[in-house]
Amino acid sequence: MDLLLDAVVIGVLLGCFYAAVSIGLSVSFGLLDVPHVAHPAFLVLAAYLVFFINEHYGIDPLVAGLIITPLFFVFGLAAYRLYYETFERRGSDAGVRGIAFFFGVAFIIEVLIILQFGVDQRSVTAAYIGKSWRIGDMRIPYRMLVAFGVAMALTLLLTLYLSKTYMGRAIRAVAQDQEALRLMGANPIRVKQWAFGIATAVLGLAGALLIIVAPIDPTLDRAYIGRTFCVVVMAGLGSMSGTLVAAVILGVAESIVLTMFGASWAPAIAFAMLLGVLAVRPQGLFGRRS
Amino acid sequence: MKRKGILFWIGAAVFLAATFLMTQVVGNQYPFFAGYVILQFIVLAVAWSILGGYAGYVNFGTSAFFGVGVYTAVFLAKAFGAPLLVQIATAAAIGALMGFALGLLTLRMQGIFFSIATIALTIIIETVITNWRFVGGAAGIQIERPPTTPPFDNYVQMLFFVQALLVVLAVAISRYIQNSWIGRGLQALRDDELAAECTGVPTLRLKLMACVISGALMCAAGAPAAMYLQFANPASAFDLNYSVSALAMSLIGGTAHWSGPIIGAILLSATQQLLTVTISSEVNVLLLGVMLVLFVVGAPEGIIGLVRKIFHSRNEGKE
Repeated sequence: MDLLLDAVVIGVLLGCFYAAVSIGLSVSFGLLDVPHVAHPAFLVLAAYLVFFINEHYGIDPLVAGLIITPLFFVFGLAAYRLYYETFERRGSDAGVRGIAFFFGVAFIIEVLIILQFGVDQRSVTAAYIGKSWRIGDMRIPYRMLVAFGVAMALTLLLTLYLSKTYMGRAIRAVAQDQEALRLMGANPIRVKQWAFGIATAVLGLAGALLIIVAPIDPTLDRAYIGRTFCVVVMAGLGSMSGTLVAAVILGVAESIVLTMFGASWAPAIAFAMLLGVLAVRPQGLFGRRS
Repeated sequence: MKRKGILFWIGAAVFLAATFLMTQVVGNQYPFFAGYVILQFIVLAVAWSILGGYAGYVNFGTSAFFGVGVYTAVFLAKAFGAPLLVQIATAAAIGALMGFALGLLTLRMQGIFFSIATIALTIIIETVITNWRFVGGAAGIQIERPPTTPPFDNYVQMLFFVQALLVVLAVAISRYIQNSWIGRGLQALRDDELAAECTGVPTLRLKLMACVISGALMCAAGAPAAMYLQFANPASAFDLNYSVSALAMSLIGGTAHWSGPIIGAILLSATQQLLTVTISSEVNVLLLGVMLVLFVVGAPEGIIGLVRKIFHSRNEGKE
């Protein structure tokens, strides 16, 4: 029983962390319909940059994450521009080639990381890594708490941004009806590009969380394809609050299976849930479309 | 049309005769080791393009089928000592069943959702195999090759010839599909599934057929790999590299014609063989990724498309 309670508590913390790494995809794939299979690869790339900054300059991983955030914003702007010019504008057959394009980009990033950093696991050092907080019999690692706090803040900020600010509302408008936005005199492509930049910028901090939570290796993005897409699809495309709920469900499920059946089953959980959601309720829990 | 068919079969016969002759004449083993891999990728790329090229469903699950093929062979060899042909035939049957299941998925999922589902399938099957002790679990399993049967004096030579047979089979099927009502139907549903359905194209049946054939060929291509490597482990049998390779080779060669995937597979896997020997295996994955992105961005119709464009502009010049 204690074990189960432990698993649930850790699962909730883990889930909030999953929300933070998925929320960018919730914007780029959920709202903009970009088949962004390379999202997890961008995430792992961010984590490696954080590792690099942490190791060479001894800067706290979270600060390092903030440092690379503007960089990722620009990177996102450029990536969307390229995607738009080569696929969305040409229109026909964009689906197949768009997916293949992002798949190829993910592979390139993975190999470049291997060539630069090797295949070994990497981790960062910070005061809160390696220690735990004890409540009764329960031990909660501080790194999970840090990840939880930052993840919550990040998710809430992005949700507020999308619902309260002018640009945020424009982003949601472009997701609903691009033509209508054009008729109102706005440039939908500029809005989408900005949104994609935001979605990518969030990965700076998310990458820092990734390496704080556990050591990373270059092929980690493959596991996170399952997790991030599971969360975004389960949430219902483009639903920010749904993202948090779905991520917590995934986190708790993973944590329970991990405790009950062992780590060797862990990789399949997110993918199995994803398949289940796609087969039973493709519109997700809080879907914007039927 | 008829004449082209005869030419095709003559070509296939010459190809098989040449590979057979090679096993009888060439003494050095390296050409067979390298050639086997190239042939294997031709089968995978051709099989991929039946679903991905003609029907437009991007399958990331090549490695799932390949891995299941490998482990079907491992299981049969370990449990019953089954001969190679039984292994391949069983693998093809299981691949067909998997393809059928995948085809049913297309009922509810299209585009990116289908692609993600195929990755999910790969990881789930890999995890199940990893937890299955009988076939070695995560650590993998050693497999002993049975004694060689004449006329081959080496097992790898025999595998090489078997894979060449699979190539001919795969290409013949792919070519038949392209030239028949199946190919036209698939192309119609690829351009607009709803419109095709409305005009009476049996989309579900066509998609199921494409998935079953593609799956059976991929599994069959994977089956001999167990004996080729004499070892199997989940991480390498289900390596996503197979998925990205099959996809990249098809798209780079061009999916508008059955010969596209063959050209792509030969070009890329031959380069990879060279690079693996001379530089490193990471660099050849990098090359694959870069080539894929370059072609998808710059030449969406692949090599076939480029060649057609050149001929087209030449013909226009004449007139």
